[in-house]
Amino acid sequence: MGLLIRLCGISAILFVMGILLFIVREAAPVVVSGRVSLVQFLTRPEWFPTSEVHRRYGALAMIAGTFSVTGLAMLMAVPFGLGAALYLSEFCPPRPKEVLKIVMELLAAIPSVVWGFIGLTVLSRIIVTLTGAPVGVNMLNGALVLALMSVPIIVSIAEDALKAVPDSYREAALALGATRWQVTWRVLLPAARHGLLAAVLLGVGRGVGETMAVLMTTGHAVQMPRSVLDSVRTLTANIAAELGEAPAGSDHYRVLFLTGVLLMVITLAINVTADLIVRGVKRS
Amino acid sequence: MRIPGTRTVIEPSFWRSALAAGMAAMICAGCGGQSAPEGGTTLQIKGSDTMVNVAQAWAEAYHQVRPGVRVEVSGGGSGVGIAALLRGTVDIAASSRDLKPEEAEQARRYTGREVRSFVVGHDALAVYVHASNPLEEIAFEQLADMFAEGGRIERWSQLGVTIPGGGDKIIRVSRQSSSGTYEFFREHVLGRRDFRLGSRDMNGSKEVVELVAATPAAIGYSGMGYHEPGRVKMLRVSPGAGRPAVAPTMETAMSGEYPIARSLLLLTLGEPEGEIRAFLDWVRSPTGQTIVRECGYVPLTPDERAALTAGR
Amino acid sequence: MSGGTASPQPFAPTAGLLARRRRERLARGVFLAMTVLMILPLAGILGYLVVRAWPSLSWSFLVEAPARGMREGGIWPALVGTIDLVVISLAVAAPIGVLAAIYLNEYARDNWVHRVVNLAVITLAGVPSIVHALFGLGAFVYAARLGYSILSASLTLALMTLPVIIASTREALASVPRSFREACWNVGATRWQTIRAVVLPNSIGGILTGIILQVSRAAGETAPIMFTGAVFYKAVRGGTLLPYRLDEQCMALSMHLYTLATQVPNVRPSIPYATAVVLLAVVLLVNAAAITLRLRVRTRPKW
Repeated sequence: MGLLIRLCGISAILFVMGILLFIVREAAPVVVSGRVSLVQFLTRPEWFPTSEVHRRYGALAMIAGTFSVTGLAMLMAVPFGLGAALYLSEFCPPRPKEVLKIVMELLAAIPSVVWGFIGLTVLSRIIVTLTGAPVGVNMLNGALVLALMSVPIIVSIAEDALKAVPDSYREAALALGATRWQVTWRVLLPAARHGLLAAVLLGVGRGVGETMAVLMTTGHAVQMPRSVLDSVRTLTANIAAELGEAPAGSDHYRVLFLTGVLLMVITLAINVTADLIVRGVKRS
Repeated sequence: MRIPGTRTVIEPSFWRSALAAGMAAMICAGCGGQSAPEGGTTLQIKGSDTMVNVAQAWAEAYHQVRPGVRVEVSGGGSGVGIAALLRGTVDIAASSRDLKPEEAEQARRYTGREVRSFVVGHDALAVYVHASNPLEEIAFEQLADMFAEGGRIERWSQLGVTIPGGGDKIIRVSRQSSSGTYEFFREHVLGRRDFRLGSRDMNGSKEVVELVAATPAAIGYSGMGYHEPGRVKMLRVSPGAGRPAVAPTMETAMSGEYPIARSLLLLTLGEPEGEIRAFLDWVRSPTGQTIVRECGYVPLTPDERAALTAGR
Repeated sequence: MSGGTASPQPFAPTAGLLARRRRERLARGVFLAMTVLMILPLAGILGYLVVRAWPSLSWSFLVEAPARGMREGGIWPALVGTIDLVVISLAVAAPIGVLAAIYLNEYARDNWVHRVVNLAVITLAGVPSIVHALFGLGAFVYAARLGYSILSASLTLALMTLPVIIASTREALASVPRSFREACWNVGATRWQTIRAVVLPNSIGGILTGIILQVSRAAGETAPIMFTGAVFYKAVRGGTLLPYRLDEQCMALSMHLYTLATQVPNVRPSIPYATAVVLLAVVLLVNAAAITLRLRVRTRPKW
């Protein structure tokens, strides 16, 4: 039994190494052989994976798409997420608080394909009506959906961070005659800033990694975004749209795995940073 | 990673019932595993998104005809289907374009077998605009100038068209690069040139029509079977300036007058046998061809049917 | 906290204090508004989905197979497919995940192995679902020769849910006080006996909650199964209880919603909405069950 437990214990390592090795192994030949240059992949926006005249694998437009959609989503989600976390942890009476936390949890459980469907059918029409954009599936739509998806994570982690601030801080500030708002602004936010940062980072991680919702709502156009009403394509959506087509072993297939490696590196960096920050908070 | 709120306290009777629940779940998993399904053979069809609906309709009807055979249909694009066929992961590939020489070569090299292709119907690739768009016909050159790299047409006014409800910039709606429709359009309309970047590349034939229906300034291409009368309009297409524009209909597609019609293919690895053969024969029988027509595609021409019976 | 009653002292409610109190009320109002603003539109949208879905929502929608080119009929094959995928993936992930958590919490010392495992769990949890799809396609479908099948798809899902099960189980295990374990060791029990007799019974509620939450996650995922074992359509008679073999592909609710939204023309408008509502209902009900379980477990007397 002990052996089995030990084996399962290190299974996580095996799986992570397995995934990493596997996608790197699938991606490597195309880079090593020099058929696709890494520099071109990262700096050119031209993506013509099946061209008959000149195949080009430039992911820059999609990298820009991923970060612009995620960035815009965070612009909306962070204030709301932190605001809601502050409300829940500092201002809300206990019973509504329980209810709100459950609502948040249910919100987090809505599947991404349902979000995508909502964006495609409901939000796109609202966006066209309100902004006069020519097409309702665009960066704004994707960002709205992503914001709604990442808010519950931000709220839950941020609330934990606020809860971790010792009550003695609050009491000391209140005893000095500070109002609750002053306590929040002057004491809690600075004291919990690492945890709040981690909350935001995890929200970003979720945004970068999200696939189906973004695939259905961003309009899926390879172009450098110039306005929030432009359609864009993200790295994840691109893999989802093209993975099936690429014959296994072809350059195209390998470049898609290369995109996977890139995504993995980005999310890994974000998640590990967030975890280090959270861990630092716990230790102190 | 953390999960909000998973802290717990003791309760022995609870532990027992929980264990029972867990066991029950395991047993369910077990029978899920060894379940005896409806039995018989499974045929896997994978490929063209254009054909996914007609393939689905075949599968549905064939299940009534031969309950012992269950047909699985998945899409992804013609390229996906062919790739899967070459890997031996599916029985039949559905394709809305011809096999490429390199694909045939791959099949010979990896499997030692030839890919056999069977024409099961035809499809006219329609060019869709919004129902309110005053444009009625369009030529290949104009389409290429809109969709191909280096093209010059970006605004409706360049075609002398004013879109009611505003929006002069042409919203190009295209397909993802795995789609046979995409490749067919590139080969026959763009003259193998690449698509210009910045088009909305939809994942499904229906999505193209839906987006065009929702966007007054849009233009897109998709199978004739996806027409939604009243919401979008199919343009008459001319294969070159000065040549007559032809509307996509069953008749013009069958006669070859309509310039962007193509054959719908089912491909197998090697000569099909047994259930696969039976299914292919059924698909090309009058019953199967009625379904093709019902789905909005063009059935085999009388000549092709005659050749079929003669060949057997 | 606002105990400052009027007294002619420096602490009396001066104009400044009143302003500060106003600011506090304002802040409270703004934060409340933010919370509500986030939830209300969403409730609106969900309500809209249900209204649009209403004409199709019925018992027969659940138990019938899709008909007439998926434009009519029900969603039975997709519903069963989702259940199969979820049950098999959890049957794989739950035992491994729970044992891994036991190892991490009960056996491992705080050394580098422990830290590496921790890092691995976090990394695994952060892997985007589409990367799981890449891995599932390359490793299970192609390399392990499982083909496009329920098995490939379930294993991919299992890999995705594993880290979260590990994390939630660890939290449940960590909530059992150390003194319980020490008492058990003192009467001569081995480590494993202690775990079985004391630690697990005291944490099973939390462990199950974590696993149930993953049911809803696995049921909702689309990307990992799209390339490994979910099909557009499969001919299955409505109401058949176990229509799929493990080495076949299946339909799944999430995938069905995606194809209805992007691929099937002239579908009756209420059907995609109804599919979305059923998927949502499945996920939310499972979650509600987990939450209820947790609340029940929590209200037990604490030590």
